[in-house]
Amino acid sequence: MIPSDTRTRTLTRRALLGQAAFGGAAFIAAPAWSNAINLPFQNGGREITGAFPQKGEMILQRTRAPLLETPWTIFDKDVFTPNDRFYVRWHWTGIPETVDINTFRLRVHGNVERELAFSLSELMHKLPRVDLAAVNQCSGNSRGLFSPRVPGAQWGNGAMGNATWSGFRLKDLLDLAGVKAGSVQVRFAGLDEPTVEDAPPFRKSLAIDHARDGEVMVAYAMNGQALPFLNGFPLRLVVPGWYATYWMKMLTDIEVLDKPDENFWTKKAYLIPDTPHANISPGTKDVKMIPINRMVPRSFVTNFSSGARIKASAPHEVRGIAFGGDCGVAKVETSIDGGANWQPAELGPDQGKYGFRRWTAKFTSPGDGQRLSLMARCTNANGLAQPDKPNWNSSGFMRNVIETIDLVTFEEG
Amino acid sequence: MRLYVQIIAGMVTAVLLTGTAVAQDSARLKSESFDLPTGDRQFTGPRSEVANNNCLTCHSAEMVTVQAPLSKETWEKIVKKMINVYKAPVPDDDVAALVEYLSNNPAASK
Repeated sequence: MIPSDTRTRTLTRRALLGQAAFGGAAFIAAPAWSNAINLPFQNGGREITGAFPQKGEMILQRTRAPLLETPWTIFDKDVFTPNDRFYVRWHWTGIPETVDINTFRLRVHGNVERELAFSLSELMHKLPRVDLAAVNQCSGNSRGLFSPRVPGAQWGNGAMGNATWSGFRLKDLLDLAGVKAGSVQVRFAGLDEPTVEDAPPFRKSLAIDHARDGEVMVAYAMNGQALPFLNGFPLRLVVPGWYATYWMKMLTDIEVLDKPDENFWTKKAYLIPDTPHANISPGTKDVKMIPINRMVPRSFVTNFSSGARIKASAPHEVRGIAFGGDCGVAKVETSIDGGANWQPAELGPDQGKYGFRRWTAKFTSPGDGQRLSLMARCTNANGLAQPDKPNWNSSGFMRNVIETIDLVTFEEG
Repeated sequence: MRLYVQIIAGMVTAVLLTGTAVAQDSARLKSESFDLPTGDRQFTGPRSEVANNNCLTCHSAEMVTVQAPLSKETWEKIVKKMINVYKAPVPDDDVAALVEYLSNNPAASK
């Protein structure tokens, strides 16, 4: 599969290296998966892989560029997601082969008084350290559950994770550079490159006031360790309460802009309908679109899965995780009758308003052979509750409907 | 694909413990190498060559094989986006055959 002379696009060196792997290997059937799961939607079969560096077993969504989903059982163990099970999402295959920490620089330039280029060591010593627990969630987390289905990575609910991020405030770095009057946005770039040279490199921008709000930070550690390579080593932007598309991995370039960012990924990608819950009816035309932004509340049962059988007429404990989105969790309620009646759940320790919050509740199951629709509903500190009907948009973004777990009771003996 | 990454774990730990500790010198750093899987599975079935030739440069085959079931019209939009936005070097002569192959892919068509 060597590009012929008739192809006009220039491929990067990495693309050519990637192609070499396919030479002479045509028409090999996919190997049988020794370890697989089924996500709960059509064509939901997925291989479990342990083949990626610094990662344990993950749900394989795509090998190249890597899309790896966190297996659901991980979320039942702790509110912090281990680094080696944290989900992975890359846009382009041009992930660098080397990150040399001696030559790595984070550059700040554009509409600033002083251009900066700091080494990791300089960044760690010039700027005060901050620690923050925050959920990082893909804009398209749970896309596979959209109905009607939409194209894109067909994630279950595991394209999210919670970590303690350690680093420095973006504001402090921008202050060292001196943001000039008239600045409107700050654009971020990582070390990754497109596979094809004239394709749009992955860039994202934030409004200048957001970038300087004192919460947006640059992390050099995740759960007390260096960032895993696939989660953005050595530096990653952390945008608390906002979807992960803004959390630039392998962050190396910060540009202060005096006019709005026109690049594809900011202007034309990751857009949502400007409607409540980013919800439209399939087929709706001429909808005003805006960049995806703040996350919305979600909650999940972690100790039961749909289809499970539980003991009849007996006490049970249900537990799970919740997050408020762009603010903390005010309350979580549970229902065992499909949402007709709700009881408050008990919340676990608050380890940061942007992080996961553990919750538990007790219920008594009905008699033999009965079905239960177990639900959890989070209301965030701004008073926003999860909706009882799923949203829909053509990109599969921002799902946060109340999820339902269907259980059946049985008598012992 | 072979990846060579120098880990700053030692340096990060020093900073986390002391807050202001001077980053330790490069003697604390450790070089490691990783294999990042290439995903060399091929598309199979009748006329799969057109997909193998045009899709696998930029992404592995799972992008299609675990995709949602999609209509031919949607696959056509996707192929055009790959060409026009992501600059996939697909020859004009291959476009129709590629759409045909993708929309007849039993795993991801309807």
